[in-house]
Amino acid sequence: MAAMAAGTALRELRYVEGPIRAFAIATVFWGVVGFLMGVVIAAQLAWPLLNLDLEWTTFGRLRPVHTSAVIFAFGGNALFCTSLYVVQRTCRARLFGGEEMGWFLFWGYQLVIVTAALGYVLGVTQGKEYAEPEWYVDLWLTVVWVFYLVAFGGTILRREEPHIYVANWFYLAFIITVAMLHIGNNLALPIGDGLAKSYGLAAGVQDAMIQWWYGHNAVGFFLTAGFLGMMYYFIPKQAERPVYSYRLSIVHFWALIFLYIWAGPHHLHYTALPDWAQTLGMVFSIMLWMPSWGGMINGIMTLSGAWDKLRTNPGLRFSVTAVGFYGMSTFEGPVMSIKAVNALSHYTDWTVGHVHSGAMGWVGFVTFGALYWLVPVLWRKKGLYSERLVSWHFWIATLGIVLYITAMWVSGIMQGLMWRAYDELGFLQYSFIETVAAMHPYYVIRFLGGVLYLSGALIMVYNLWKTVTEVPRVEEAAVPARAVPAAAQ
Amino acid sequence: MLETLAEHQSLFSTLWVVWFFLLFIGILVWVLRPSQRRQLERHADIPLREER
Amino acid sequence: MFKGFSHAVIERNLLLLGVLTLITVSIGGLAQIVPLFTVETTIERVQGIRPYTPLELMGRDIYVREGCYVCHSQMVRPFRDEHERYGHYSLAAESMYDRPFQWGSKRTGPDLARVGGRYSDEWHAQHLRDPRSLVPESIMPPYAFLDRPLDTSRIVSAMRTLRALGVPYTDEMIANALADARAQANPEADGSGLAQRYPRARQGNFDGNPRVLTEMDALIAYLQMLGTLVDFRDVTPEQLRQQ
Repeated sequence: MAAMAAGTALRELRYVEGPIRAFAIATVFWGVVGFLMGVVIAAQLAWPLLNLDLEWTTFGRLRPVHTSAVIFAFGGNALFCTSLYVVQRTCRARLFGGEEMGWFLFWGYQLVIVTAALGYVLGVTQGKEYAEPEWYVDLWLTVVWVFYLVAFGGTILRREEPHIYVANWFYLAFIITVAMLHIGNNLALPIGDGLAKSYGLAAGVQDAMIQWWYGHNAVGFFLTAGFLGMMYYFIPKQAERPVYSYRLSIVHFWALIFLYIWAGPHHLHYTALPDWAQTLGMVFSIMLWMPSWGGMINGIMTLSGAWDKLRTNPGLRFSVTAVGFYGMSTFEGPVMSIKAVNALSHYTDWTVGHVHSGAMGWVGFVTFGALYWLVPVLWRKKGLYSERLVSWHFWIATLGIVLYITAMWVSGIMQGLMWRAYDELGFLQYSFIETVAAMHPYYVIRFLGGVLYLSGALIMVYNLWKTVTEVPRVEEAAVPARAVPAAAQ
Repeated sequence: MLETLAEHQSLFSTLWVVWFFLLFIGILVWVLRPSQRRQLERHADIPLREER
Repeated sequence: MFKGFSHAVIERNLLLLGVLTLITVSIGGLAQIVPLFTVETTIERVQGIRPYTPLELMGRDIYVREGCYVCHSQMVRPFRDEHERYGHYSLAAESMYDRPFQWGSKRTGPDLARVGGRYSDEWHAQHLRDPRSLVPESIMPPYAFLDRPLDTSRIVSAMRTLRALGVPYTDEMIANALADARAQANPEADGSGLAQRYPRARQGNFDGNPRVLTEMDALIAYLQMLGTLVDFRDVTPEQLRQQ
């Protein structure tokens, strides 16, 4: 048996961890930046003077900074961090390409984020939602993504564990499908003369279909399949129990990735998109409810026999509540994709409420849960600096989400009804501006929800910073220290 | 070629639905077979097996 | 055959897992996207749709640059209240040259698909400069910085790129691009060439300053043409059928 002290050397050799630590730090950093941008633009909607009369601070240019920061920067770094960690551990193989590959992926991806965000503020955008980065950023992201697939696939090929654990299926499906979506939706011709501007291949209704084939599956594979991979590893680790039903995860995986792709047209109900495509999108979106809840059941039921851990381990509480939000928003989604409901919800704040229950509730919380378990392990600390602060973060963030979603439900449904209201003489009862004025109180409540969520994240930053800098290191055991049993400190 | 394809579009789509329904039932049957049970559920322990 | 096959084969063989995943995920996309290109009834057969004039095209690029789609949609739905508030529902044909399409997914502000001709040029100029001066409850950001010269150096390369992608810009249109842009923003200028090349194109002193061709001119020229190309009086339901 290698001497205890050699354990670190053995582990250093065994797994690549440097870049993964960097990805964890980037996740936290971009998370705060993205949440802050969300708070800023929410404030701009409540108090328009905050647009500051400047070209670079108008809502139109800052909104893509918020969406790209929270989806691609916060979510992206979280997926890089956890996928590279999980694939090495569950395959018992060192990352293909070693430290250099890890660092290339890290700096390459940060470059994508910075150039995209800088571009938006200067007015460089393709004008396609969640695909705003211009052609040169798209090209560079494609290069980084190919290396990511090679690194991930290569690690699996060199595995010692014969079976590919289910988390890796989801990560793999996420990487492959996002590559297909990214290329399919960003085919464009730059106008030349060294200008950043480009025009897309498709136009009008075809562009709309391709955009929302991409748009919904950016949610489906980036924010769902990838993070389900995270759930399938970190909830068993935190609960110290195997996943509820491995066989259910097989059915759930194939059903989810087949059905999700079809759901794009529910963003285009009652538009100029031909009706057959709209109906197809609606039917498949409703069927999507089944595999989504299959994933939720598999995640939450992993706690059976260990439910008391929810009281003692706040990190686990984050992950499990995340799965609860996942179940909620994947039930709300199919309901909203029914044409009759969509006729009311489309173009209103209800959609924004649905998006944020999935984003803040599912993506945010499952990432927080994973970080609270991973940071002590990555920096080989005895445990977190303070479990109480994790609980504080949990309750403040949960309250923030509840304020956010309920405000958007109320304002969204109210606005939808006001648009279609007729008075007794048969005229439209409200002018458009009256509906905008009626939104103000809910925009303020939503802003407060965002402030709570952001302050919760700042508590996490403080807690993780203290964990890394002050908590004593674990005396190197041959086996990486399991997180200190979560007795409340 | 495309025209002939477009003509039988409705036929293809119904066949497609039938094929995928059979595939889904196939996956379900295969996964839920009792003989597979023990071997598959063992895979769930992978994250909990520490390196060694 | 079936006995030998087991899911373990897929699991252990990464390549198979990857390829099967790719096939599974591409089925949905193909089945929805390909027919939109092959089924010709997707785009309605109506008259009047024409490519954007050089000035309107530059205005549209500004609309995209400023992210107006984040708060404004350009898609009137076939509902009674939308027909009354905005006008005839939007046709796929009306956005067939739109790269990228700007149908939008949120109406923080009103739908703009048929805003063309509803307000005067002066109203648009003042509203863009300071929205709250005309609509006190508005939460729209101010765009006074658009009162700056329009960068016309990119008009020709933009039109050439669009032509390469299928938009029917003729050589004559591209050759007269700059002249047409100036003519459209100056009512005194000779607009015959513009009108002949771009039917229904409207000249106007959009930003109130005929001497300088500004970004405000371009954006308002674009806004004022939205939804005005198809004359629905002579459109039969048969033309609008998409199936």
